[in-house]
Amino acid sequence: MNLDELNEMAEEVRAADAGVAHEVRVCMAASCQSSGAGPVLDGLREAAPGGTCRVKGVGCMGLCSAGPLVAVAPMDGGEPVLYRDVKAEDAQAIAASIGAAPVERLRLPNDLPFFSHQQKIVLENSGVIDPNSFKGYIAVGGYSAMVQALTEMSPADVLAEVTASGLRGRGGGGYPTGLKWSTVAKMPADQKFVICNADEGDPGAFMDRAILESDPHRVIEGMAIAAYAVGANRGYVYVRAEYPLAVERLKTAIRKAKRSGFLGAHICDTQFSFEVEIRLGAGAFVCGEETALMASIEGLRGQPRPRPPYPAESGLWGYPTLINNVETFANIAPIVVKGGDWFAGIGTEHSKGTKVFALAGTIRNTGLIEVPMGTRLRDIIEVIGGGIPNGRAFKAVQTGGPSGGCLPAAHLDIPVDYDSLRALGTIMGSGGMIVMDETSSMVDVARYFMEFCMTESCGKCIPCRAGTQQMHDLLKTIAKGQGTRADLALLEDLCEVVQATSLCGLGQTAPNPVLSTLRHFRSEYEEKLAATSA
Amino acid sequence: MSVTRPKPPAPSTDKRWNLVNAAMRRNGYADHALIEALHSVQEAFGYLDETALIYVAESLDLPLSKVFGVATFYHLFMLKPKGRHACVVCTGTACYIKGAGGLIEGIEGRYGIQPGETTDDNALSLLSARCVGACGLAPAVVLNGDMLGKQTSEDLLTRLGGLD
Repeated sequence: MNLDELNEMAEEVRAADAGVAHEVRVCMAASCQSSGAGPVLDGLREAAPGGTCRVKGVGCMGLCSAGPLVAVAPMDGGEPVLYRDVKAEDAQAIAASIGAAPVERLRLPNDLPFFSHQQKIVLENSGVIDPNSFKGYIAVGGYSAMVQALTEMSPADVLAEVTASGLRGRGGGGYPTGLKWSTVAKMPADQKFVICNADEGDPGAFMDRAILESDPHRVIEGMAIAAYAVGANRGYVYVRAEYPLAVERLKTAIRKAKRSGFLGAHICDTQFSFEVEIRLGAGAFVCGEETALMASIEGLRGQPRPRPPYPAESGLWGYPTLINNVETFANIAPIVVKGGDWFAGIGTEHSKGTKVFALAGTIRNTGLIEVPMGTRLRDIIEVIGGGIPNGRAFKAVQTGGPSGGCLPAAHLDIPVDYDSLRALGTIMGSGGMIVMDETSSMVDVARYFMEFCMTESCGKCIPCRAGTQQMHDLLKTIAKGQGTRADLALLEDLCEVVQATSLCGLGQTAPNPVLSTLRHFRSEYEEKLAATSA
Repeated sequence: MSVTRPKPPAPSTDKRWNLVNAAMRRNGYADHALIEALHSVQEAFGYLDETALIYVAESLDLPLSKVFGVATFYHLFMLKPKGRHACVVCTGTACYIKGAGGLIEGIEGRYGIQPGETTDDNALSLLSARCVGACGLAPAVVLNGDMLGKQTSEDLLTRLGGLD
């Protein structure tokens, strides 16, 4: 199959839908489902007029706090009408409004800053297509990047585009994707692997979950292009067992892609073959670390090993292995189709493209957003997020999960990119952004994350196993108001030791929440001490 | 030279072993599919008991110590049976900020169980999860597989009280 044939196929799918004038899209991602989207979808299917109106379940529309969300979209390209907090009882009213006046009492304004300030690349299909429909993905140009790469580009061409795009790993590390791919491509080996890291373990992060639930084919397509570029023919998606809906949709997508010849042997009648398997995690945060993740795929305890050798040289079962995160793979198809230079034109000098963030905590609009790199933190929190509810004041925003840190109001005007965040003692991480108001105690937040790292430490190396335990005890004492100055000094000392001597990223970054809260909120620690050591 | 040993017979005539066998067969009885095999046991029986661990070890030709090591390493695997109802309280950051601690305290106060424990009458197990990814609905609880968002301690206790 070549591009013309694929375009023809897409045209046929669109032509079959020519009679549809309106599409009613019901968000069926996990968050809206648990707010009752299922009955809403059933209700709308029953109430909707047949013929020119189609009702379908789609992926995440972003504004999770207002779910279940429903959009009525005219197929002539007009603005969709968005409805919030829809209940099954509202189905009749919405069905009656199609082609007539919208139901104002449920309506979300179209110019809501939450939507108008976003730029969608990764999430462009999310909330628009049915994630369980292979044809739906083809209709929006799906798999054209893969077919283009396989039939018109050499692996070196693909590497060149990805390198030119300036894309950096979206799992948190920010390692240049093009460089990683090139390293694996250069390895002389008969067998190589591509792994998609979907073990989204940071508490407060749900970007990867939403991408897998909303547009699973996009991730598979990215993996296949990567495999072609580096010379691999087997892939694994390592996904958390806590995400059953994402697993189910991914399974469906793999099955359908395979049946249509877009995965498996001789994809699209080329010499390229690629098989993908799903591996389920079993609830271990450390498995987000790449060497631990590979151990887990091999059926072992998820314990990391020292690097080097890096997975690119010696990874899964000792073979060269490319590991990227879900969002990184989801960026690949548009880079191949529109070119690396197009992508490099978005974002800042050293952080290209867009980033998906999961906004949560005490903020008015919680949900999933995608903004260009370099967007001001204040715009994300106050404009898109709508600020802090209940008349309270903003205190801090936490990024990067247990490996990241907290930023105070004084730094709200920084551009959000890898380097600006790192300079302030936190990290981009995978994209969790948790907002806290004045009622949150920063010492308690530090204790919370330390408890997390303590429980999740795999126990292999001593600094992490014993250090996180000691630091947690100290933080607990200080939080209770029983700490002394010596305790605080010991805590700072331990932070340094654990950071410098731990084996893997979990231990090396475990002190970050403590260090960043000490840096920006030191007075809160001091106040807690005052009672005993004044 | 490797010797292929015959696969052991299922521990009982319980039909659920067929599900476990199917999972192991799908992966060609490869030792790297151990975690998949343990998932299938837990899905079929609700937890991993000693009989199951021995059976999986023999089927995949692995030392029992290794199977036990893997089963105890991962938080999701349960070595004890759960109660009739399972209440998982999410303790992710967003849920924590919005009061997951209060939900756990409420259950501790009413039922006298801590996360990981089951009531004496086997009616309710309390579990905690690292993050179920429903941060927009914080604090979130997964009760018998159904996600409940924006919970208060009163709501949750009322709902638990209404279970049989």
